[in-house]
Amino acid sequence: MVLEAENIDTDQIIPARFLTTTSREGLGELLFHDWRTDKDHMLNTDAAKTAQILVAGHNFGCGSSREHAPWALMDYGFRAVISTQIADIFHANALKNGFLPIIIEAAAHQWLLDHPGTEISIDLEACAVHLPKNGGTYPFKIDPFSRHCLLQGQDELDYLLEQGEAVTQYEKQNV
Amino acid sequence: MARSLFDKVWDAHVVRGETRERPAVLYIDLHLIHEVTTPQACAVLKARGLKIRRPDLTLATIDHSTPTKINADGTRPYVTEQAQEQVELLLANAEEHGIQAHGWDSPYRGIVHVMGPELGATQPGQTIVCGDSHTATHGAFGALAFGIGTTQVGHVLATQCILMRKPKSMCVHVDGELADGVSAKDVILAIITEVGVGGGTGHVIEYRGPCFENMTMSERMTVCNMSIEAGARAGMIAPDATTVAYLKGREMAPVDFDTATEQWLSLASDPGCSYDKEVRLKAEDIKPMVTYGTHPGMAMPIDGLIPEDNAYMDMQAGTAIAGTKVDTVFIGSCTNSRIEDFRVAAKILDGKSVAKSVTAVFVPGSERVKAEVELEGLHEVFLAAGVQWREPGCSMCIGMNGDIGKPGELIVSTSNRNFEGRQGPGVRTVLASPATAAASAITGVITDAKKYQGHYHEFRTFQNTDLQDIGFGGGKHRH
Ligand code: SF4
Repeated sequence: MVLEAENIDTDQIIPARFLTTTSREGLGELLFHDWRTDKDHMLNTDAAKTAQILVAGHNFGCGSSREHAPWALMDYGFRAVISTQIADIFHANALKNGFLPIIIEAAAHQWLLDHPGTEISIDLEACAVHLPKNGGTYPFKIDPFSRHCLLQGQDELDYLLEQGEAVTQYEKQNV
Repeated sequence: MARSLFDKVWDAHVVRGETRERPAVLYIDLHLIHEVTTPQACAVLKARGLKIRRPDLTLATIDHSTPTKINADGTRPYVTEQAQEQVELLLANAEEHGIQAHGWDSPYRGIVHVMGPELGATQPGQTIVCGDSHTATHGAFGALAFGIGTTQVGHVLATQCILMRKPKSMCVHVDGELADGVSAKDVILAIITEVGVGGGTGHVIEYRGPCFENMTMSERMTVCNMSIEAGARAGMIAPDATTVAYLKGREMAPVDFDTATEQWLSLASDPGCSYDKEVRLKAEDIKPMVTYGTHPGMAMPIDGLIPEDNAYMDMQAGTAIAGTKVDTVFIGSCTNSRIEDFRVAAKILDGKSVAKSVTAVFVPGSERVKAEVELEGLHEVFLAAGVQWREPGCSMCIGMNGDIGKPGELIVSTSNRNFEGRQGPGVRTVLASPATAAASAITGVITDAKKYQGHYHEFRTFQNTDLQDIGFGGGKHRH
């Protein structure tokens, strides 16, 4: 699925008026809500409903810290977003939910924008995006710790809880 | 090695250093929470049987989903039942876990980024997080303050730490002095236009130079608040005598204030420290700014010609932006809702009326700002001019409480985001300073406040002792 617009912000991904929810269920229906009021919008097509990878224009996810943004993308069925730049907080929120924020070089990105609907695959083990139709493979960077957590199913909170003693020590000296 | 302000604050909070394999474990001194991004985190903690590690370093408020009107019978008209439940859940969670919460009965309740500094909870050298991207506001005090998502809110509640790699650093110097009538809001809009909405991604910005040194804390907060609008994780300004004077006597200020002051003043960047990126602007070149597009980097001088077409905003390249018809004027939000902002607006509106075609809504950032404004009698100027003077909260900045505009209408707003639909579906937002907003309210079109300046009548300025008379006071909320 391709959404070419640049600077897609979190208010587009899920408008603020839907944030009064206290759970994280059912947000997929609200994904890009105000764009989808247009019945013919790409996101309302059957093709979009089965898509798992979103290719977006430069600088995706700027704006608010709402984790509702990756929750909504995932609930809709997406598992990764590919862009040339992804905003910091969205990036961190995405990784914490197992949603892959993938930044690739401009040439590969352009190829993806030009070939909507192509089947591609993302290899997290090798940190590479495979574009089968032109045979290309493009590397992407991902934080080694996040990659480890995602591949091994390690929970970051568990990891932090394991640091309890060091934290107590720090508190004794500093707080 | 010469270290920057950011380096010093970062280094002092590393519990476990970062390596290639894993990020640093960073200790958090102050965790601010509000009703929107907390419930799911509390639910996760509960499900896992975890306690909140440091409720004493956590501070709660209600601001986003709260109504800004009160019914005749004293009840509050929530936009939906869900909004009310969200607010009540936050207060219940705070009560259950022993977290200091400022709910409806607190004279300190306010927008999280207005309230923290007012209470003196925000202090130089701290690490501060909140499930809210405008947490950068607190960087005005020389704190490292940034927004986090709900998962990380849970991490902080359970461990008082987050996992993070050290961001890059960026320095924005603004030399020289601002021209009359140019405000902190104009400065940050000019900076974002220069850096670009994604230009600060991965960086923490330090604002340096005489322009910021000459600013009040309120103005510094306006600048740091919008760092995220340039993509930066945080913005910081070195603590100085202005910072110290602001914090003195605040409810949560340190007991041993002199020792704290000495430590705060040692945080300034060492001479010769380096940054990963540097940008320089001249204060003299900055004019009153307004946005013409749908992100904060699409800003321009108010006396200029619109640089490019924008279909959503219905703006055409080559036409003057001044003179564009305005439907609503909103003064509020964590960017511009402090006493100084309302003083500017009152001076411009004094003895004048809001244009018949315009709805003007002014929303103080906190109960305390509301009290300050009313002590000075500024609200009388607003009411006489035909402005709606509301109860504190985020209000039209985000519209979660139902304070939104109608499709197609144009709102001149002192808030921080002009994204499509931010103030309601189809609403067009023009970001501006309080002065520009007030002047535009009078004329009904986008207006440079210049012609309203220089005729000011001086209002009475409140003293802290006046505030004490109405129930605000030192030391009460110290941890
Ligand atoms: S005033 Fe606006 S930007 Fe500030 S915390 Fe509230 S919603 Fe967020």
